Amino acid sequence: MTLSERQSLLYIDRIFLHERTGSVALNGLLERDRSVRRREHAFCTMDHIVDTRPGRGDETLMPSGRDFIVATRHAAHETGIQLFDIADADQGIVHVISPELGIALPGLTLVCPDSHTCTLGGLGALAWGVGSTEAEHALATSTLRATRPQTMRVTYTGELASGVTAKDLILFTIRELSAAGGAGYAIEFAGSAVESLSVEARLTLCNMTTELSAFTGLIAPDQKVLEYCMGRRYAPQDAVWEHASGYWQSLRSDEGANFDCEQLMDIDSLKPQLSWGTSPQHCIDWNGTIPQPADASDEDQATAWSRAQRYMEVRGGSRLADYPIDAAFIGSCTNSRLSDLRDAAAYLQRTGSRGATGVKAICVPGSGQVKRAAEAEGLHEVFLHAGFEWREPGCSMCFFAGGESLGEGVRVISTTNRNFEGRQGLRVKTHIASPLTTVASACAGYLTADTPL
Amino acid sequence: MPFTRHTGVAAPLVRPNIDTDTIIPSREMRTVSRSGLAVGLFAPWRYSDPDTRTENPHFVLNQSAFRQASILLAGANFGCGSSREHAVWALVESGFRVIIAPSFATIFRNNAQRNGLLTIELDGDDIDRLVQWVGDDPETCPLSVDLEACTVRHDPEQQVVEFSIEPVAREMLLGGLDEIGMTEQSRHHIDAFEAQDRVKRPWVYLGQA
Repeated sequence: MTLSERQSLLYIDRIFLHERTGSVALNGLLERDRSVRRREHAFCTMDHIVDTRPGRGDETLMPSGRDFIVATRHAAHETGIQLFDIADADQGIVHVISPELGIALPGLTLVCPDSHTCTLGGLGALAWGVGSTEAEHALATSTLRATRPQTMRVTYTGELASGVTAKDLILFTIRELSAAGGAGYAIEFAGSAVESLSVEARLTLCNMTTELSAFTGLIAPDQKVLEYCMGRRYAPQDAVWEHASGYWQSLRSDEGANFDCEQLMDIDSLKPQLSWGTSPQHCIDWNGTIPQPADASDEDQATAWSRAQRYMEVRGGSRLADYPIDAAFIGSCTNSRLSDLRDAAAYLQRTGSRGATGVKAICVPGSGQVKRAAEAEGLHEVFLHAGFEWREPGCSMCFFAGGESLGEGVRVISTTNRNFEGRQGLRVKTHIASPLTTVASACAGYLTADTPL
Repeated sequence: MPFTRHTGVAAPLVRPNIDTDTIIPSREMRTVSRSGLAVGLFAPWRYSDPDTRTENPHFVLNQSAFRQASILLAGANFGCGSSREHAVWALVESGFRVIIAPSFATIFRNNAQRNGLLTIELDGDDIDRLVQWVGDDPETCPLSVDLEACTVRHDPEQQVVEFSIEPVAREMLLGGLDEIGMTEQSRHHIDAFEAQDRVKRPWVYLGQA
């Protein structure tokens, strides 16, 4: 329904909540005596605050963490929505379990009070992050008032080299377009390199569209996506599957479609990317040189670079390999799926290497399903043998909520999505990278993507 | 809370990409509530020791002239990062009514609009000018923001900057409207859409034959 020239009332097919911000939205409804209009379309998980240490329960190291967990459970029961609680076999990070369970599907509109909801564009869903008040609106009315974004297409030419992943592709894209480069846009990712990506890799690519400040990102669904979705718990079956899959295959941009902005990027010679600063746009080739503020394009950039380098305790002109690390973290909605863990474990097996002395290394699978599948392949033993901790599913140390952290002021390599000041703990210096680069650095003890094949 | 006009002290924090983790870190979101957040606003910059709440005297909002600030002059891409509406709640609870920046992250802007916090986009040169006007004496040189006229005024110097804003956002802010209540008036449209859509996209409708 059209509300104005640019604003429409959109039907929202699926709403996913988590215990960090979802509880506030559900409580908002309950306080105003409103109900969830279609509770069968709303889901909730415990991922942001829940502990990831083995043997966990409602208690967490985060002060008052238990209150969020208990309040969310209570509100989910009161409103009658499906909750994937801590002990549920399918519990996990919201953007890992929603494709896994077939809750997110091509062409569906899906919102969640979490900025990384754009992950699900990897299936061809129109999914975006909202605040708690908008989530409340979606729960109460099955709709949202949305402003039509502008359209951008990012087309990659060339193919990814071996050892270069979807994470490197999106980090490079943010580096090129800037952290505000997608503001106001819905971005379609296209090109044969995107078509070659597995569905899980596409989820990684779309996951960080929010770091471009874009409304969302998506990829046209193809045969791989159909195969991925088939048989998932909430996916259609039989005759309805035939109907749905036919419709999904029609969800692609027309030949000659006009976009408000077109970007072409050649990725034939793309190298693994590593961040040096405090914004995801502060990335360089892993063996490149950290930029000098004197070489910045303007005064504002020079100031921002100097500030970032002071916080990160790195010098312009130096190389990332000059910096020893204290910790390595594999996990998060960006890189905690089975293919990510396989990538990292394969490196450990191939090289026979172990985490370097003094490096605290942690692997957190994204969901119960991922964890069981990884264990069935023996991946947990590979990680444990290499000195990694093997955790229960959740967001874990992607951010610091006052509970567990990797230590104050430490230098961390992380497969997560944000290297903001203090994101992973007080004065923590975060370098974001792919699982492969993270595991190679964990073993080397310093920042490197030197991954002999 | 409707917004029509506001006059107040403007504080300059003109850095690009101020993210919501900085506006309010996750560790400062301690209760399942929209309140109690002001103390955590800009905690990483505002406190030299967040545990003891020892203030960093260099941070602009700790300086006496800016303690009562209700307008923030910021850099591009303000509010990027996490979708946490707590960033807006913390700003509002701390007395902010207006944020002026060259650009905002979409989710932040949407959240702000739903909480009566006006976001104004002006280019960097205009913001530099506002910073100069406010100068060293912000308390006697406040800025006046008028959402009906779409202007930012600086009375002592008789200076005016005009801004543009999405008409629907302006209307929502001027009226202080309850969106859920408004949408519920379209209930029959939503029901009719579902009836048609269920035939077109039956897989969307779970748990029903």
